[in-house]
Amino acid sequence: MTDLPSTNAGPNYGTDPFGPSDAVTGMETSAAVADSGRSNFRTSVIQLDRPGDPSVFDAKTHAEAEEIIARYPEGKGRSALLPMLHLVQSVQGQITPDGIAFCADRLGITKAQVQAVATFYTMYKRTPTGEYLVSVCTNTLCGMLGGDEIFAELSDELGVKNNQTTADGKITLEHAECLAACDYAPVVTVNYEFFDNQTVGSARTLVSQLRNGERPAPTRGAPLCSFKQMERQIAGFYDDETSIAPDANGTGVPTEVGVKLALQRGETAPSYAASSSSSQTAESTAERAAAQQAPSQSDAPLQTHESDESNPAEPTSERNRVDDDTRGGEA
Amino acid sequence: MPLTPVLTKRFGTDQPWKIANYERLDGYAGLRKALTIAPDDLIAMVKDSNLRGRGGAGFPTGMKWQFIPQDDGKPHYVVINADEGEPGTCRDLPLMMNDPHALIEGIIIASFAVRANHAFIYIRGEAVHALRRVTAAVKEAEAAGYLGRNILGSGFDCRITVHAGAGAYICGEETALLDSLEGRRGQPRLKPPFPATNGLYDAPTVVNNVGTLASVPGIVLGGADWFKKMGPEGSPGPNMYSLSGRVKNPGQYEAPMGTTLRELLAMAGGMSRGKDLKFWTPGGSSTPLFTKEHLDIPLDFDAAVKAGSMNGTSAVMIFDEDDCVVRATKKWSEFYKHESCGKCTPCREGTYWYVGIYDRFERGEATEEDLDTLLDLSDNILGRAFCALGDGATSPVSSSIKYFRDEYLAHIENHGCPFPGARTLAGAH
Repeated sequence: MTDLPSTNAGPNYGTDPFGPSDAVTGMETSAAVADSGRSNFRTSVIQLDRPGDPSVFDAKTHAEAEEIIARYPEGKGRSALLPMLHLVQSVQGQITPDGIAFCADRLGITKAQVQAVATFYTMYKRTPTGEYLVSVCTNTLCGMLGGDEIFAELSDELGVKNNQTTADGKITLEHAECLAACDYAPVVTVNYEFFDNQTVGSARTLVSQLRNGERPAPTRGAPLCSFKQMERQIAGFYDDETSIAPDANGTGVPTEVGVKLALQRGETAPSYAASSSSSQTAESTAERAAAQQAPSQSDAPLQTHESDESNPAEPTSERNRVDDDTRGGEA
Repeated sequence: MPLTPVLTKRFGTDQPWKIANYERLDGYAGLRKALTIAPDDLIAMVKDSNLRGRGGAGFPTGMKWQFIPQDDGKPHYVVINADEGEPGTCRDLPLMMNDPHALIEGIIIASFAVRANHAFIYIRGEAVHALRRVTAAVKEAEAAGYLGRNILGSGFDCRITVHAGAGAYICGEETALLDSLEGRRGQPRLKPPFPATNGLYDAPTVVNNVGTLASVPGIVLGGADWFKKMGPEGSPGPNMYSLSGRVKNPGQYEAPMGTTLRELLAMAGGMSRGKDLKFWTPGGSSTPLFTKEHLDIPLDFDAAVKAGSMNGTSAVMIFDEDDCVVRATKKWSEFYKHESCGKCTPCREGTYWYVGIYDRFERGEATEEDLDTLLDLSDNILGRAFCALGDGATSPVSSSIKYFRDEYLAHIENHGCPFPGARTLAGAH
C-alpha cells in the first residue's frame, strides 16, 4: 500500500488520484453525483433540498402502498419499503423528497431511514429518467463481446454519457453490471426488457426506433412500455391480464440448446421409476404424450415427436422411453 | 458424460410455465407425494441425496433444513435467493422464465419440511420478465389449491410473496438479502448467529437458491438414490452448466455434476472463432480462473476446490487467446468496486484501489510495483472482508497474475495493452 500515490486521509470518494475524473456533468444540481467517477455510489446521499410533500401522491397510490404492506407479515411493514420506492418512482420517474416523505409517512420510519435505503440501490434514480432507460451491459463478458463498442457508439449517437438523459427526455443511457444473460451476450435492455445478441448496428437501430416513437419488440419478455409503467410492474402492480404477459416468450436458442442436444443424442436422466414405486408416472403417460403433441403457442421451435422420429436411437425399453423422456411423444 | 435434463427437461415444450402444461409433465406430483411423508423424513431424504446448494457455496441443503429448530414456537420462513447477478451467471432467470412451477413446488415442499407457512422469493429488480412470470405462476398455484390454506387437504398452509430487489449484487449474500427484505440497505450481517436460528425478522429461516429448490421435486419423486446416480457421491445430481463467451453454441447444458470443460466444449460445438482456449471461470467471476491445463478437472464442488478454484454457480465464461486477461480482470474488478456495499474497509477500499491500478495498466503507466501492490491488496482483502464478496473480488486478480504474469509484464513493457486493436473505450466507464 505504501507505493500508492498518497491522498488525504479518509475515503477518496469524489477524487481520483489516478487521473482526471470522468464525473458526469450537466446533472441536476440537487442530485448527488450518481454512479460515475470514483465516488462510492452506495455511500453517497440524495441532497434533500426541501422537506418533501407526500400529498402529491393521490388516493390510488395511498391504497396501493397499503396493498404492498399487506404482502408482509403483520407488524413487518418495513419490508414494503423497496417495492414502495418502486411505486413512488413509477409516479414521479425518480426518487424525490416527496417520494421519500411519502414512504416514511406510510411506514412510520424517518426520512433519513428511507433515504439511506434509496441511495443504496442502483435502480432508484436520482435524476429524471427518460421514457426509455437503455442499459448496455459492459461487464467482462458482454463488454468483450462488443458491449463496450455498443456503449461508446450509443453515447456518441445520443450525445449523453452514463446516467444522462437526452434533451428530448426520451432516452436515459446507462451501463449495466451483468444482467445475468451472459449466454445471450452482448445484451442491451430497454426498461429492463431484453434485446439479445446485439451489435453496434442493431443497437443504433434500436435507439433510433425509440426516438422515432416506435416500440420494437424485445427478443424475450413482454412488449415495451414506458419507464414509469415498468416501475409499476416492479412494484407488483399489473394493471390488466395482459401486462403480466402470460404468453410472452421467455426462451431462446441458448436456453434450450442443451435440452435439444440431449434429444438429438437420445440422452436422458435416469428414470424416476427405478427408485419410485409410484404408479402416477405410468398414469400420466397418455397425458404427457398429449402435451408433447399439442401445437406450440411459443415462439420457440417445439421439440416434439418429430425430433424423436429423426432419432431412432431413443431408449429401447418401452418403460424407459416413457419414464425417462418427458418429450417422447412417439407412442 | 451424457446430458441429463431434469431441471431443463420441460424447456422447449409448449408454454411449460403454465400450470396445466406443468402438471402434464410430472408437475406437482412431487408435492403430492411429499405431503404424505413426515416432515422429518423429507429432511432426511434431502440430506441423503447429498444435494448441495446451487447458489455457489455448495452447502448441503438437507443439513441447512435440519438446522431449523423445531417446536420453538416461532414462525419459520423460507427465503429464495433469486438475486442472480454475478458475472457469468445466467441459470436462475431462464429457470424461472421457463419452469416457475418447479421452483414453487420446491418451495412448498421445503416449507412443509421445515414447518414454514410463509415463503419469500427475492428476485433482482431488473429481472422484470422473471418477476412477471413467477407472480403469474404463484397466482395459478393459489387458484389450483397448491398454495393457500389446507393445501390438497393436508392441513398445511403456505403463502408465497414475490419481492423485487432494486439493483444490488450484494443482496445475493444471504444475510444482506434478509436485511434488504426487511426494508434496509443490503449489507451483510455478522455470523453467527446464522439465519437458521436468527434469520428473517429474527426467526428461523432457510435461505435457498432457485436451482437448489427446483431440484427438490425430482428428489422427492425419484428418491435420494436416484439423485446420486448422477455425478460423484459427495457432490451429486444433475447440474445446469451455463456456457458463455467464445464458444460456438453458448447456453444451458444440464449434465451430471463432475462434467469437465472438455466434455462441455464438445457439447457446445467447440470454440467460436477458431482460437485456442486461454482462460475460463468454472463458476462465475468469484471463482479463480482456470486455463487449458484444467480442461479435464471434474466440475463439482469438491474436485474444483482441489484444483484451486470453486464450482460456484457453474457459470462457465470462456475466453480465447485473443482476449486480454488484464482487460477482463479490470472489468471484473470494476464490478466488485461498484457492488461493494461499503460496510467493511478491506472490500470497499481494496476494490477501489484495484480499479485505479488496472487503469494504470490500461493507460500504460503501470510498473512492476503495481503488480506487487495488486497481490498485496489481495492478501489484505482475502479472509479479512466481512463477507464473500470481498473474497470473490480477489479471485480473478490473484489467479490471473498466477497464470498470466507475463501478460501483465507485457502491459508494462508495451506501455499499454499489447493486443492488436486494444483501445480504451472512453465513456464506457
